[in-house]
Amino acid sequence: MKGLAAIAAVVAVLAAVPLFVQSNIALNFLVVTLLVALAGQGWNILGGYGGQYSFGHAAFFGTGAYVTAILQVRYGVNAWAGFAAGIAGGAAVGAFIGALTFRAGLRGSYFALVTLAFAEVLRIIASVAPITGAGVGTLIKLDLHPAAMQFESRAVFYWVILALVAVSLVIAHLIERSRFGAWLIAVRENEDAAKALGVNATRVKLGAMTVSAAITAAAGCFYAQYFLFVDSGIAYGTWISVEALLTPIIGGVGTVFGPLIGALAVKALSEGAKLVAGDAPGLSLVVYGCVLVFVIAFAPRGFVGLLAAAYRRLARAPKKREAAHG
Amino acid sequence: MLSPVILIPAILNGLLTGAVYALVALGLTLIYGVLHIINFAHGALLSAALFAAFFAFRLLGLDPYLAAFLLAPVFFAIGYALQRLVIGPASHGDDRNMLLVTLGLSIIVENALLFAFRADTRTIDLPYAFATVDFGFAFLAVPRVIGFAVVFAVALVLWAIMRFTDIGKAIRAVAKEKLGAELAGIDVAHVYAMTFGLGTACVAIAACLLIPTYYVNPSVGDGFVLIAFTIVVLGGMGSVPGALIGGLVIGVVESLSGLFLGESLGQIGIFLIFIAVLLARPTGLFGAKA
Repeated sequence: MKGLAAIAAVVAVLAAVPLFVQSNIALNFLVVTLLVALAGQGWNILGGYGGQYSFGHAAFFGTGAYVTAILQVRYGVNAWAGFAAGIAGGAAVGAFIGALTFRAGLRGSYFALVTLAFAEVLRIIASVAPITGAGVGTLIKLDLHPAAMQFESRAVFYWVILALVAVSLVIAHLIERSRFGAWLIAVRENEDAAKALGVNATRVKLGAMTVSAAITAAAGCFYAQYFLFVDSGIAYGTWISVEALLTPIIGGVGTVFGPLIGALAVKALSEGAKLVAGDAPGLSLVVYGCVLVFVIAFAPRGFVGLLAAAYRRLARAPKKREAAHG
Repeated sequence: MLSPVILIPAILNGLLTGAVYALVALGLTLIYGVLHIINFAHGALLSAALFAAFFAFRLLGLDPYLAAFLLAPVFFAIGYALQRLVIGPASHGDDRNMLLVTLGLSIIVENALLFAFRADTRTIDLPYAFATVDFGFAFLAVPRVIGFAVVFAVALVLWAIMRFTDIGKAIRAVAKEKLGAELAGIDVAHVYAMTFGLGTACVAIAACLLIPTYYVNPSVGDGFVLIAFTIVVLGGMGSVPGALIGGLVIGVVESLSGLFLGESLGQIGIFLIFIAVLLARPTGLFGAKA
């Protein structure tokens, strides 16, 4: 219950932000940050708790974005229904890739490579297939109406993505507390030992991948709805595979709040780099890369690990003083 | 379309391109064979080497084929230092961390290049860039024929290093049995770094072979490295002959699928082979065990 209370508190604080911050630039920054946090939480379920490092989460993000956009533009489906279908589509792609790769017993480097290859295949198909608008991309018509899931105020978009992030936090919390989560962590720590104890590793990983893909797909659906434009480079580009992996690792891999903290940290850092050196191409990504290497080298448990260590030190300090006086 | 007049040059050109792919893949497979990690920084290092070859020509007037003799040792040193000072210490000996550190390095290198040189595509003009040799049945570009020969020369040198030198023996020992090699007094960190250096030197030579007929921009290496991953997987991770044969096969497949499916869809052939091989036979055609 403590975990759920913490989630509620964090979400309540974040929900209050638009009441004080009205600047569109600031809200836009927060929306994009939460979007990346959501995609990262998807990665975290499979990579953080399950230890399966995917380098191709763009496959799910892009599928979510394209399904949402294409259903609306070409088939006149309602935006909310399209959103749900996008999540389902992403989950289906996740289950499909997972079924193929886990059944073939791919782990480690091999798994990273094959997920990367799937994302690339989808990117190439999307860049030539007529249904995706090929090289031109797909543009969703502007229709500022809640029924079309488009809102005049950025604050509403912000609350929508915050709600999605909140759901993803609860999912991560429930997985952490469940028997399924224990199996998943057992597979991460030692797959052969987990199997020997009767854990169906393939099925556990497949389940994690499906949930993981659905969450990252939700971020893709939101992207389409927010920017009203999708093309193959955005939807299936390596940028989102990298951001989805970066945020949980920097924030704290295999923790509920890791992706959210990681997203805030990397986005703030890249904004800071822009302030210092101007908005030059490539610069913010250089910062990402450096932070990634530094976190792995010096804080393998991410910012969450650093915070926990600092908290323990603070909690211990007064007791020591008491002991010294007593 | 199937007439031999088109088909034979397409296959031969595929073989020539494939040889350079094979050299990139050779570096990758060498590193995998010893360190058991996929070096995700390989493509970014190739981009960096292409820039180095470009500026060696533009600023120093150095012919790319001569530049290879300068760039190979320089990139060997860069590779050595990266493994010894960054990848090794930062990853604490964990494979998953190594993957991420090389990914981080690739992001840093690629975007530092983007920051320094912008996204512009550059080429160099050489008098012999468009020269061809007539083999009777096909005209082939001279630089690519040279490239083909150099790749096999490099492979031979690598084979000799691995077979006859002390460091080659140490590398093979570490690849086979890391702990045992360590107990026998081999400095594993040094061997890892030497291997990484050799792999990076391969990339530098590949860059010098590519630059006469190819272009350079900060993300140019990505395309090559995905192909190199495919070759390495196809030939069996860690297998040197596998990388050579795999490179040639992939060169021909790319050339033919480009001919039949068009430029952008042609790439799909490679990835489908890649996924199929990974799923059906992850040890590759020549690999002993995963």
